[in-house]
Amino acid sequence: MNFETTIGLEVHVELKTNSKIYSPAAVEYGDQANTNINVIDWGYPGTLPTLNKGVVRDGIMATLALHGQVRHHMHFDRKNYFYPDNPKAYQITQKDTPIGHDGWIEIEVDGKKKKVGIEELHIEEDAGKNTHSPNGFSYVDLNRQGTPLIEIVSKPEMSSPDEAVAYLEALRQRIQFTGISDVKMEEGSMRCDVNISVRPYGSDQLGVRSEIKNLNSFNFVKRTLEYEIKRHQRVLMSGGQIVQETRRFVEATGETASMRSKEGSDDYRYFPEPDLPPLTVSDDWIKEVDAEMPEMPGARRDRYVNQLGLSDYDAKVLTQTKEMSDFFDETVKDGGDPKRVANYLMNDVNSYLNDNHIDLPETKLTPDHLAGMLKLIQDGTISTKMAKKVFKGILEGEEPAEYAKAHGLIQLSDPAQLQPIVDDVLDKNQQSIDDYKNGKTRAVGFLMGQVMKATRGKANPGVANKLLMKSLNAR
Amino acid sequence: MANQLDEQAVEHVASLAKLEFDKNELSKITGQLGNIMDMFSELQSKDVKDVEPMISPTDMDTVLRDDKAEHISKDERQAILDNAPDTENGLIKVPAIIDESEDGE
Repeated sequence: MNFETTIGLEVHVELKTNSKIYSPAAVEYGDQANTNINVIDWGYPGTLPTLNKGVVRDGIMATLALHGQVRHHMHFDRKNYFYPDNPKAYQITQKDTPIGHDGWIEIEVDGKKKKVGIEELHIEEDAGKNTHSPNGFSYVDLNRQGTPLIEIVSKPEMSSPDEAVAYLEALRQRIQFTGISDVKMEEGSMRCDVNISVRPYGSDQLGVRSEIKNLNSFNFVKRTLEYEIKRHQRVLMSGGQIVQETRRFVEATGETASMRSKEGSDDYRYFPEPDLPPLTVSDDWIKEVDAEMPEMPGARRDRYVNQLGLSDYDAKVLTQTKEMSDFFDETVKDGGDPKRVANYLMNDVNSYLNDNHIDLPETKLTPDHLAGMLKLIQDGTISTKMAKKVFKGILEGEEPAEYAKAHGLIQLSDPAQLQPIVDDVLDKNQQSIDDYKNGKTRAVGFLMGQVMKATRGKANPGVANKLLMKSLNAR
Repeated sequence: MANQLDEQAVEHVASLAKLEFDKNELSKITGQLGNIMDMFSELQSKDVKDVEPMISPTDMDTVLRDDKAEHISKDERQAILDNAPDTENGLIKVPAIIDESEDGE
């Protein structure tokens, strides 16, 4: 029997606002536990939430970045549940009137392009963080409680794990380029729930779906979906039925396991949030946010290929993150040759970042300094080998020309200075000259090595080689 | 209508609200809640198909707060934490949570 798979994704994205969605408490990562807390978020009697303008703005921005429609009139809903990560005992969310709807993003799998629809985007608050201890207690840090989230719900329009991962990558990239979130799965600023169902090929009815919650890497999403497809097929083939349920991914086994049944939707006793009056978003505001929209990765790739002459591959690598793409643009603006800048960023800079597990903004490298160093290579002042040393200097914020000078990293390119050295090397190595004359071309390599040694590596290899060959042939 | 509401349903709703009733209370509350349900079923018999749902009793829009962070003082933090049943090293200490399904909701 052949089967087809239907996948839908729910992605939570944590916003980088200064304050929380319903209170002025600070949004900070890595602060001491329970320092960014507030009586409003704890739902103390007599307090009232206030809606953060920045969160609404980010909601508009995310909607526009995903080609969605922004709702003009909306309200908030209260979702009731008791859990220690939220002392208020309810989450204020948007159930009935999400801020954005009917968007789409384009994905590409094996060279095939496809649009995946986005059902809706809504703004809501995050919960605190529980740490489970083997001593029979759990410990709660509520710094994260009330941090603004956007939940992005796709349409069930993906049909393979690869498409799901491509969707997540495209989504992560677009949101990252808007600047509203770090969208780092490993740090929890992007989290993913998947919905999957499997049906016999050609069936006009969707299969029963399972939901797998809290997947925190693209790899886990892929493995979860691959496992679930097999599980669904196995059950259906043996004549069984899939139970609609929530499951979780078990990292150790690569399988999924049923979770204890959760409260049903009715049990959350949703009702319109009485503490927040409805919200109206004007057309002017939407236009204003649209005008602030940074250039998206697709547009940048087109520009890199068509205007700057980069390859498709280079353009793709450089637009992986907004930081890298911005850095590239700045370096080119500072006079760097696009091709050279691209190569240096993709090779030396990227491998430095990967080796040290850091991001570009954590270094002291500036576009101005990188452009300066590349110019020194281009005009022959320093060799590419010397550049590796100068690179270390500019990573520490040093000015490239000054650093090269101070560390004696200046290439010897003047023929008048190099000729006597070449002559001297030839005088001392009659044997190599004889070898060369007898057809042993390897001797040239040895002689070049002697020239480099004599200049302590500073000879411009191109110039030195030319002089050497000329003098050699003249002997 | 009232007999649609049995004690089991009341116990379920009570457990969602973390309430516990003894046998006498349960039967009393089931009766009271049943009356309320009756009243709503009367409301539900009205035809409201052309009526917009009223989301808020006011027709005012919400006022937006500028995105500026305010930090609380040490004393304020302590006062808030003092209201938690138990704390350890600035963390709120609660009985172990076995079901992780809600985490990150």
